[in-house]
Amino acid sequence: MKHLLAIEQLSRAEIDAILDRAESFAEVSRRDIKKVPTLRGRTVVSLFYEASTRTSSSFELAAKRLSADLVSIKAAGSSVDKGESLKDTVATLSAYDPAAIVIRHPHAGAAQLVAEWSDAVVINAGDGKHEHPSQALLDLFTLRRQLGALDGKRIWIVGDVLHSRVARSNLIAFQAMGAQVTLCGPPALIPRGIEELGCEVSHSLDGLGEADVVYALRLQKERMKESFVPSIREYAANFQIDSRRLGARQLLMHPGPVNRGVELSGEVIDSPHSLISEQVASGLVVRMAILYELLAVGGAHPAPAEGDPGERPTPMGQPA
Amino acid sequence: MRPGEGANLVLRGATVLDPAAGIEGTHDVVIRAGEIAELAPPGAGDTDGLEVVEAEGLHAFPAFFDPHVHLRVPGREDEEDVETGTRAAAAGGYCGILAMANTEPSVSTAADIEALREEAREQASVPVGFLATVTREMEGEELTEMADIRAAGAVGFSDDGLPIRSARVMRRALQYQRLCGGTIALHEEDPELSGDGVMHEGPVSAALGLAGIPSVSESTMIARDAALARYEDGRIHVQHLSAEESVAAVRTAKAAGAQISCEATPHHLCLTDEQVRALDASRFKMNPPLRTESDRQALLEGLRDGTIDCIATDHAPHAEEEKTVPFEQAAMGVTGLETAFAALHTDLVLGGVIDLGLLVERLAGGAEPFGLERPTLAPGSEANVALCDLSAKWTVGEEGYESRSSNSWCAGRELNGRVLVTLAGGQVAYRLRSFSLGVAQ
Repeated sequence: MKHLLAIEQLSRAEIDAILDRAESFAEVSRRDIKKVPTLRGRTVVSLFYEASTRTSSSFELAAKRLSADLVSIKAAGSSVDKGESLKDTVATLSAYDPAAIVIRHPHAGAAQLVAEWSDAVVINAGDGKHEHPSQALLDLFTLRRQLGALDGKRIWIVGDVLHSRVARSNLIAFQAMGAQVTLCGPPALIPRGIEELGCEVSHSLDGLGEADVVYALRLQKERMKESFVPSIREYAANFQIDSRRLGARQLLMHPGPVNRGVELSGEVIDSPHSLISEQVASGLVVRMAILYELLAVGGAHPAPAEGDPGERPTPMGQPA
Repeated sequence: MRPGEGANLVLRGATVLDPAAGIEGTHDVVIRAGEIAELAPPGAGDTDGLEVVEAEGLHAFPAFFDPHVHLRVPGREDEEDVETGTRAAAAGGYCGILAMANTEPSVSTAADIEALREEAREQASVPVGFLATVTREMEGEELTEMADIRAAGAVGFSDDGLPIRSARVMRRALQYQRLCGGTIALHEEDPELSGDGVMHEGPVSAALGLAGIPSVSESTMIARDAALARYEDGRIHVQHLSAEESVAAVRTAKAAGAQISCEATPHHLCLTDEQVRALDASRFKMNPPLRTESDRQALLEGLRDGTIDCIATDHAPHAEEEKTVPFEQAAMGVTGLETAFAALHTDLVLGGVIDLGLLVERLAGGAEPFGLERPTLAPGSEANVALCDLSAKWTVGEEGYESRSSNSWCAGRELNGRVLVTLAGGQVAYRLRSFSLGVAQ
């Protein structure tokens, strides 16, 4: 595994390796000193062309916990604002010889292009409506801790699938781990032909009772202006997950940020069903694991250069 | 086209194929003063004073005619101009092309047409016909001075690149056409249905998270305009058919007696939306988009049964920086003049999908829909000939391009079949360098 561009490109064994690694980082996170020296002297660039709270902060903290030097670039206020092309920006950043570039971009395939243009390991932190692989991995990690293996489990992804990169990555990831997935939402928000990816499609919550896990997606309020749904009220009446619709044994997830009272009712967000805060906590350790697997284990950048302090990556499970 | 001397040469022992004229056999193709003088038995042609081209084992076809080319003049000469675009056409075996009017600024007045025709007289290596826009600035609201533009020599009209959104404006254009003639060529797409789509809507767009352009965006507009053309007795040509429903709509309109013709591109005949998975915008992003295998099969059926009159490249050169960006941001369009014959020969003829005669017939079929003469090898006609080596293999782009742009959908592919010599408008327009060296020996 040279880059993390799409869940689609990962085997089940590669996914398991990242989740196992995240487990050992979860152990580190409980220590007083949470930092390990693995990436000392190496540079991680965080390049965000879209607003993000969870993803950018957890990737940046993950890089720091691994002792990397971090360069953080947000589109607003940078030369991107001045019309510089992605290709030219990548060429400029390459001068820092980064070990990894973490990129979030509003268009599909951007991370793949950066991987073609740069020698760095590239991590896709969300490309348009295409994929968001680190989100899928942290969701798998969260579920594995709750349920163990996902084989045979039923997972419903509910809401605006059309505009959601999380829906696409999670659909592929859940299926890769043996779960059966149903996509549920109003017809205009379910992409035509998506059932060819092997999932079920439903336009009603009637069958929701079969689900072991309910994964709700954010519905942006602008969608009603484009006639995807007639009104937020009608959307909520048909597709909101509330305590009435959620059974006792069902787990609830959401990638955040939540529109309270739209896709989720207030009471389920804070209920024992909800794994939403576990997801956020998983984000950090899973992103540490991604950086570790790609930079320290993947061997993309083998030995530290001459003159480098030369700290070998500390194997996990040994004192850092 | 640049003024020049009529060709004097003989293609000795060529395998001649011109299905539309009923010509098939091995002949000496004798060309004097830019005219096909005779098709003589092999070795019997009168070669007095003629250059002899040994053409045994090579194929002579009527040269091709492309009714859909973007020369990017005026305004984007960094992408293409009359000289490079017609050189690319000649290298592809074309003896004539029609240039679209969606330039920057657009070709919307008689003066624009006159200036372009003058430019072509200075720079073009094959004859170029120019179209003007149907509506001013392609805004879809007011008609251009169509009669004046026709008098200045425009072949026809098109807002290609954009549909004519308003049915009222479309109807007015068809009414005005009675006054001035000139086929109206139509880019059929309902912008309401296409929205911000960047590829065909279906399982592949669903998997990639890309906004889709549904097939019905094209076919519903074809149905509308065919109905209007029948009502006003107008003459329309539908550009770049891409969808199964569109082939059905044209077939129905033809059966009902509408004056309608249509074209399909080599890339729609050879590729499907599966190609888009690689997100290579340079080769696979265009409008209309690549569609499914069943759409492709429907296009092939339309080509066979005559619903599709001709093959047009929609040659759309783009600067590299417009293509080396994420797929959604990239410009739409691919180049095609230099590779059309070779790609279709490789994928469709050698693939056993259509026969060589049909390919040759449809590649030369783009003139008649615009009231122009079909290129032919019949003795007495102007020499418009493509001499091809069907066994030659070459890799697209390896030796660069005649076009100024390199966004070829065939880039890097090995193709079977190569144009060696093109005669256009009676003149030698192109010789493959390695082949002409061979002749000199």
